[in-house]
Amino acid sequence: MGNTINAVIKKYNGDETRLMDILLDIQTELGYISDWTIEQISKALDIPAVEIIQTLSFYHFFHREPKGKYTIYLNDSVVSNFNGKDEVKKAFEEEAGIKFGQVTPDGLIGLFETSCIGMSDQEPAALINEQPFPSLTPEKAKKIIRMMKDGKSIEDIKGNKYGEGNNSHYLMRSLVNNNIQERGPVIFSDYTPGEAIKKIVKELSSTDIIEEIKKSYLRGRGGAGFPTGLKWEIARKAQGDIKYIFCNADEGEPGTFKDRVILTELPKLVFEGMVIAGYAVGAKYGILYLRNEYRYMRDYLEHVLQEMRDDGLLGKFIGGKKGFDFDIRIQCGAGAYVCGEESALIESAEGKRGEPRDRPPFPVESGYLNKPTVVNNVETFCTAVKIILYGSEWYNRMGTKESRGTKVLSVSGDCERPGIYEVEWGFSVNDILRKAGAKTHEILAVQVGGPSGSCISEKEFGRVLAYEDLATGGSLIIIGKKRNLIKDVVLNFQHFFMEESCGSCVPCRVLTVVYKKIIEKIVRGEGKSSDIENLQKWSVYMKNNRCGLGQTATNPTITAIKNFKYLFDESVKNNSESFNTSFNEDEAVKEYIEIFNKK
Amino acid sequence: MSTFVKFIIDGKICLSEEGKQLIEAAKENDIYIPTLCNYPGIPPKGSCRICTVLINNRPATACTTKVTENMDIKTSTPELEDFRKAVIELLFSEGNHFCPSCERSGNCELQALAYKYRIAVSRFPYFFPERTIESWHPKLIKDHNRCILCKRCIRGIKNNEGKTIFAYGRRGQYLEINIDPETSKNISDELAEQAMNICPVGAILVKEKGFITPIGKRKYDYNIIGSEIENQ
Ligand SMILES: Cc1cc2nc3c(=O)[nH]c(=O)nc-3n(C[C@H](O)[C@H](O)[C@H](O)COP(=O)(O)O)c2cc1C
Ligand code: SF4
Ligand code: SF4
Ligand code: FES
Ligand code: FES
Repeated sequence: MGNTINAVIKKYNGDETRLMDILLDIQTELGYISDWTIEQISKALDIPAVEIIQTLSFYHFFHREPKGKYTIYLNDSVVSNFNGKDEVKKAFEEEAGIKFGQVTPDGLIGLFETSCIGMSDQEPAALINEQPFPSLTPEKAKKIIRMMKDGKSIEDIKGNKYGEGNNSHYLMRSLVNNNIQERGPVIFSDYTPGEAIKKIVKELSSTDIIEEIKKSYLRGRGGAGFPTGLKWEIARKAQGDIKYIFCNADEGEPGTFKDRVILTELPKLVFEGMVIAGYAVGAKYGILYLRNEYRYMRDYLEHVLQEMRDDGLLGKFIGGKKGFDFDIRIQCGAGAYVCGEESALIESAEGKRGEPRDRPPFPVESGYLNKPTVVNNVETFCTAVKIILYGSEWYNRMGTKESRGTKVLSVSGDCERPGIYEVEWGFSVNDILRKAGAKTHEILAVQVGGPSGSCISEKEFGRVLAYEDLATGGSLIIIGKKRNLIKDVVLNFQHFFMEESCGSCVPCRVLTVVYKKIIEKIVRGEGKSSDIENLQKWSVYMKNNRCGLGQTATNPTITAIKNFKYLFDESVKNNSESFNTSFNEDEAVKEYIEIFNKK
Repeated sequence: MSTFVKFIIDGKICLSEEGKQLIEAAKENDIYIPTLCNYPGIPPKGSCRICTVLINNRPATACTTKVTENMDIKTSTPELEDFRKAVIELLFSEGNHFCPSCERSGNCELQALAYKYRIAVSRFPYFFPERTIESWHPKLIKDHNRCILCKRCIRGIKNNEGKTIFAYGRRGQYLEINIDPETSKNISDELAEQAMNICPVGAILVKEKGFITPIGKRKYDYNIIGSEIENQ
């Protein structure tokens, strides 16, 4: 064991900023990270044990106790619940003979829940020893447990019905399907790796690239919509001997899974975008921050990087040009939605807990290891490559005034064709519903942009997807009339934010709990109209949180109240303001009765 | 030589060195901005959010902001004051603050702010969490009931080798402060006392040091927090 730990630490040159990798590798080898292991790492890296625990205990895929030879993380996302998660959960429990949150006494199987794993188009899904098992049914769940008891390997349990495209690549062998429902003219159009690099080597300077991207009005696809050309320009001008390009593949917003598909099918397009950004900014190092839920792609992505090195598209003298050096490493996360926030992502890649930084300074001025750092979304890099190839004029012919080009949407929930759709900006929600085969008269609501976005009703289905109207990071969860909006959607999302707050800011840390508790109370039938008023009133305090998570963490509640007030009113209408609706007489005298009965 | 800049706080024209922390710059101009996680001399980490002000009409934390020429700052709109009150109430709801039995009472910044804002009871539901008191350390007591997770101990206290003693554990509502048994093993009495004093509340206490200043003679027993700045 000591040898394993030392070997891993040596692999990372005893560099404490690589603590995430060290912990991930050790956990892969040893199954969990014991107090003894922490002590060894602490000695070897010469950092206090509390600092290691500070990082380790932040991420929910790190464990300090054995979590089973097979660790099952069943997805607790909204769509997973829509599609029968409870039955699957029951089947796992019955067959394994334990409850969720437990490990079998022989240490064979551990059952746990996790928030959205980026498979909303094929729910219910689970991660088992990091391998995705999508489209589960109670029967499949039982079979999986039986195979585990028979000592079968994960590969055996997976079987050989791999998903389409590169999901079947020998280094991925995943059961995941891509579900590309519509290919658009930018991301999913024809692509030959290396063409854009060839073009810039021949004819474009770094400022030419930035000018072209600026003229395209490309805005970041990670949600905030910051102009990409401007970001690159600031980073180019920033003082610093070393600069970094980060690709944000943390994709944690529940209901979003487009980056999963792009990384599976077009990894070279993503990496080529990073190379171009490196050229434009003057950076020689790139890091792909890959969420732990997508770690099953890592070997395949490493292989793709090697292919690109072999083809002269990465490494030294890229495209044969002297001084054009750029290489990329993959940094895996360990389970924390907030790490999608760019400064938290950087902290995490430095081996720390994923707590967002105060701004200013912004990452473009002082980011990874305090050097100028560009962070862009997966889709942003892909789009940049196509703009370099075909020009900003071509790009500007698509979309709307404020939103040029196309957007890759993740569509899931109550519809016939969940999956991804690359559409020109400017489509209405109705158009998407039609494409996805959702019957408008059966639809109650659409959650646009994930939990941090908004929950809209039929009245707004005519609205247009664009920065000037309904801005979106690209996800639509379709919610049918058969659903209980408050219980199935709002409560799930508030629970999500409560679990994912980093805990630094007081309003975020505490109010996310308050909101979850009050929504729960309403769901139990104990809510009052003053509860609804308070929920609406108190959300203003969230605007003063440090990062976007806290600033939007009450959006699920307030947008649902705004558009579905009648549902909330209905659920509190029988409760008067003048008594404590949560008071339960049996509960209150329970201890007394117990003592009394003992006598 | 440092450059002086002119800026406006609540309509009043102020002067200070360029790049100075806004909390300090305001203090020089006799204006008090409430703080909790900020502590003079250690790097700020805007986590409690209580010092939120409006800078050119946009919210920002004063402890992490540096003053620049012509900044227009508002520190006390009704919304900001209501927000501050909410932050204090949230902290009282989240932890277990039984001030009458607390060694820090009268010297506690949280309690003092609650008095300043005339808070009798929190508008938010109380969590009554089950939290522990750790007393394994030879010199320190860590009372998790009272900890407001401001990170002052993490940022401000290092052992004589410059190593961290306090660090966060977990996240969100489960966030906690851990003490490192190794790096804290041989801390001096002075450092232990510094740790107690850097804590705004009674969450770090030094063993056998209680009630040295009697109630009635403590910092905020008769004076409202911040009044020493405002009444210059
Ligand atoms: C809580 C939170 C989560 C985020 N998650 C992601 C994410 O998973 N992927 C992403 O690209 N951006 C995410 N962002 C936005 C990033 O902070 C950042 O704006 C983005 O990566 C910049 O890239 P872009 O300009 O290409 O959009 C998140 C922001 C917040 C506040
Ligand atoms: S808003 Fe929430 S998640 Fe963001 S830094 Fe503050 S506590 Fe952490
Ligand atoms: S122990 Fe005191 S100083 Fe440390 S975080 Fe808690 S309240 Fe702040
Ligand atoms: S004092 Fe500024 S955020 Fe706490
Ligand atoms: S009086 Fe404030 S924590 Fe004790």
